Amino acid sequence: MSGSPELRVSFWLNGEDVSAAVDPRDRLLDLLRYGLGLTGTKEGCSEGECGACTVWIDGLPADSCLVPAYQAEGRDIRTIESVDPDRLAPLLASGATQCGACTPGVVMTGLWILENPVLLRSHTMRELMAGNLCRCTGYDGIIEGLEAALRPAGGGPA
Amino acid sequence: MRVERPTRLTTALELLTNRGAALVPIAGGTDLLVHWPVRPDARTRDYLDLQRLDELRGIRWEPDALELGGLTTYWDAITDARVGAEFPILTAAARQVGAIQIQSRGTWAGNVVNGSPAADGVPVLMALDAVVVLESRSGRREVPLDGYYSGYREGARADEELVVAIRIPRRAHSLQRFVKVGPRRAQAIAKVGLAVARSDAGWRVVTASVAPTVRRCPTVERRLEEDGPPGSPAALDDALRADVSPIDDLRSTAAYRARVLARILFDAARDAP
Repeated sequence: MSGSPELRVSFWLNGEDVSAAVDPRDRLLDLLRYGLGLTGTKEGCSEGECGACTVWIDGLPADSCLVPAYQAEGRDIRTIESVDPDRLAPLLASGATQCGACTPGVVMTGLWILENPVLLRSHTMRELMAGNLCRCTGYDGIIEGLEAALRPAGGGPA
Repeated sequence: MRVERPTRLTTALELLTNRGAALVPIAGGTDLLVHWPVRPDARTRDYLDLQRLDELRGIRWEPDALELGGLTTYWDAITDARVGAEFPILTAAARQVGAIQIQSRGTWAGNVVNGSPAADGVPVLMALDAVVVLESRSGRREVPLDGYYSGYREGARADEELVVAIRIPRRAHSLQRFVKVGPRRAQAIAKVGLAVARSDAGWRVVTASVAPTVRRCPTVERRLEEDGPPGSPAALDDALRADVSPIDDLRSTAAYRARVLARILFDAARDAP
């Protein structure tokens, strides 16, 4: 087997211009975790089922285990490292995290909904969150935390 | 493994002419990268990355057809209000492909080329009489999706061709239904899939996961034309038996598939005006 020549890939990562050499066999998940040291994004099932590796590509959630690293070229990538910890407070308060393996992916999909609430006109929260599996919480804590985060700060009745 | 990343369609087609089967086109990657780290065969092949071919992006409305560019994703269709209004069956199927993480990357053309008998996008496209637009250096040709598959995962695309678009004729439909039965409502592969459409062109009944390919059901369609909506799930049993051949596999059994298909077909067709 001959070696794979490296490719140069340039993209936006959490608001910064990044350029990296990638092996064409690398997935975006590999580039983030092992090439760039951003280990917040987790590897779960490696088959696009569990959503633990969810990142945003041009504003949409994607499973980084199914994206070749070279397809980051020119894209705007956002990972869990870009998230302000204060935004996690409603999820912590509602018991939306337990062992934590799914949490970075859950947060990335959840924040996408919070930043695009118009989605809730056509979709339920549960349908939008269906690509993130959690084996601990039973999901209610996740949904309750996101719904709490949608309510205006200091606002009205629960 | 090498990857070519052309930015122009002509370059991509030239690469395919020269290297044909040795070069695997990749769009969203949602099929090709599954279990990637443990698939050495997949990791030694060469790939043609389509993501920089902006010519293949976008949904185009023509007077007599809707054209989905080769890179159109499920999410592109879900968020296009006009698609939802005129072809709700496309939106319904797209919303049942994986979840947002897959919908944002997976493409309709990729679903066609991947050729899974359990595909979600293919049955609805076939029920709408979609045509696959293939292009190579020597020109374009159009293959009706209904005649695209010749066997399990065998399609009409030649090694030097790309699917550049999918064309869907615009017709007034009185019925469009998509039903997917899986182990759960998201992130699941179909045990049974069904797309039913009715327009001036007649009934279209297309099934998934009950034959080696996504399969149109001419016997069932003829029966519906002649007798109208069925009176019971059993009424179409013999017609279904002539059209499909469900098997036992890791996802379901032949008996379950036959029984469920008869019921969801009854349920979908009885709504016909």
